[in-house]
Amino acid sequence: MESRSELLANIKKRQRMDFLFAFLGLLSLMFALLTLLALIVDLAMTGVPRIDWQFFTSFPSRFPQKAGILSAWVGSFCIMLTTALCAIPLGVAAGVYLEEYAKKNWLSQIIELNIINLAGIPSITYGLMALGLFVYQLKLGTSILTAGLTLGLLVLPIIIVTTREAIRSIPNTIREASYAMGASKWQTIRYHILPYSTGGILTGVIISLSRAIGETAPLITIGALTFIAFLPTAPIEGHFPFVNFKWIMDPFTVMPIQMFNWLSRPQQEFHVNAAATGVVLLVMTLIMNGGAIYLRSRFRKKMKW
Amino acid sequence: MRRLKERIIEAILFLAAASSVFVTVGIVAILVTESLPFFEKVTLKEFLTDTEWTPLFENAHYGILPLLNGTFLTTMIALIVAIPLGTIAAAFLSEYVRPGVREVLKPILEMLAAVPTVVYGYFALLFVTPMLQKVIPSLGGFNTLSAGLVMGVMIIPYVSSLSEDAMRSVPGHLREASFAVGASRMQTAFRVVIPAAFSGITSAYVLGISRAFGETMVVAIAAGMQPNLTLNPTEPAATITAFIVQVSLGDLPHGSIGFRSIYVAGLSLLILTLTFNIFGLWLRKRFQEKE
Repeated sequence: MESRSELLANIKKRQRMDFLFAFLGLLSLMFALLTLLALIVDLAMTGVPRIDWQFFTSFPSRFPQKAGILSAWVGSFCIMLTTALCAIPLGVAAGVYLEEYAKKNWLSQIIELNIINLAGIPSITYGLMALGLFVYQLKLGTSILTAGLTLGLLVLPIIIVTTREAIRSIPNTIREASYAMGASKWQTIRYHILPYSTGGILTGVIISLSRAIGETAPLITIGALTFIAFLPTAPIEGHFPFVNFKWIMDPFTVMPIQMFNWLSRPQQEFHVNAAATGVVLLVMTLIMNGGAIYLRSRFRKKMKW
Repeated sequence: MRRLKERIIEAILFLAAASSVFVTVGIVAILVTESLPFFEKVTLKEFLTDTEWTPLFENAHYGILPLLNGTFLTTMIALIVAIPLGTIAAAFLSEYVRPGVREVLKPILEMLAAVPTVVYGYFALLFVTPMLQKVIPSLGGFNTLSAGLVMGVMIIPYVSSLSEDAMRSVPGHLREASFAVGASRMQTAFRVVIPAAFSGITSAYVLGISRAFGETMVVAIAAGMQPNLTLNPTEPAATITAFIVQVSLGDLPHGSIGFRSIYVAGLSLLILTLTFNIFGLWLRKRFQEKE
């Protein structure tokens, strides 16, 4: 038997260990958060003074002071649009199928396992696939379309997974009520399931687009140029039919590639430009992610079934 | 009529779901068909045992070892940072912090994963390396140490977020039982919660390691893109992914052996990642059965 004093000492020791571990936990968390803070502050201190109107409206140039990110942000915007148009319908449709239609058989099991696996495949292999398939076999060239498709396939698993989660959270009573009124399966999905899960789906869409905007490696792999001093063809023209889609076949550059290009030059002045581009990128991704978190918490609170 | 419409819609939705399988098949098929001609010129033995990787030089060598070495070295450094910190942060968030505070801290931690990797490359090259050079004066401008460290911080949220989910889903009565026999919070965390959540924690580690294998921009920017068979983290090195970036930036003719080498590198990376993921899945199944 332990004596009373030994017992008390034992308890004291454990309390100390407990406190120590809490401190260690706080330290690990702080280490991660302080690193993030250091990254943001360092980038902002170098980059923010360089950001002005001219920076957004100039093409890249040999002279660091004259250089800007016009072609890069226009390219990023066009590619995000193409990515969204290709990934959202496909991802939502796949999510609806897997959650509402798929029976528990080997086929749906394979599809499910495959989606988990896809999320673990390095993004650069998507670039290699796109180079072989879209650029050389389908002859789409290193175009905005190729880039949009590549990133679209890359973020597809994110959209599928979040769509499924959003749909799963809708209680069965809604479906039963809809069927009781004589609605068909598709009508139930179209008029009830999809509208109610919009919040969750939107969260997934925003997160996947913020991922796409920062993605660099697959686009370098498909052969994106690092120096582009012109814009894609304007989508609106003065004569009939007034709109055209020639721009999707144009070459492009994007903000991360522009940043990488400036970063790999030895001159300090170009590094300042890289930092400024980094600030723009970081602000966009953080706003998008913040928006997604806000949306998620808002819909979670609002929806009380 | 209505029946037919329903059938058509179901078929369309099925095709969308199946498209994800086509993506996988596409990736594997393209990598394999583009790699095969490479092995007509280079024997598998040379590929696996040669200690030099210089496919772009006159006197070309095709040994994957230096690239594998670079990939493993940066991954190891990243894991030494991410696994302890991520796990401790997860245990802290799940066992010590009030739910309200956790709801704030966790999304902020997840922001680390949202930062574009090229920005981390900037940070490694122009912030971490100069800082490390003050401690290790012999450190070169390009090195695997700072690339690995920054990559480690980057994958902390992959490890901590999933681990925390797994720990929190451990039923409360297990904790209460542990407290009831007189265990402290820390003992409960290490002897009850973490073992019970182990299958979930494993999949968090697997995801983190896959990320580190495949991470490209940080190593391409900060590690130097020079294939180097060394375990010294202060020297420059190239990873599989960095090599692919390096070749893609040049203009090698389509079909040349140098061009094929990026597909071979990509195939090696994919095999590595898949083997690892399958191992993780197997590990997870094993631990789940014990519950």
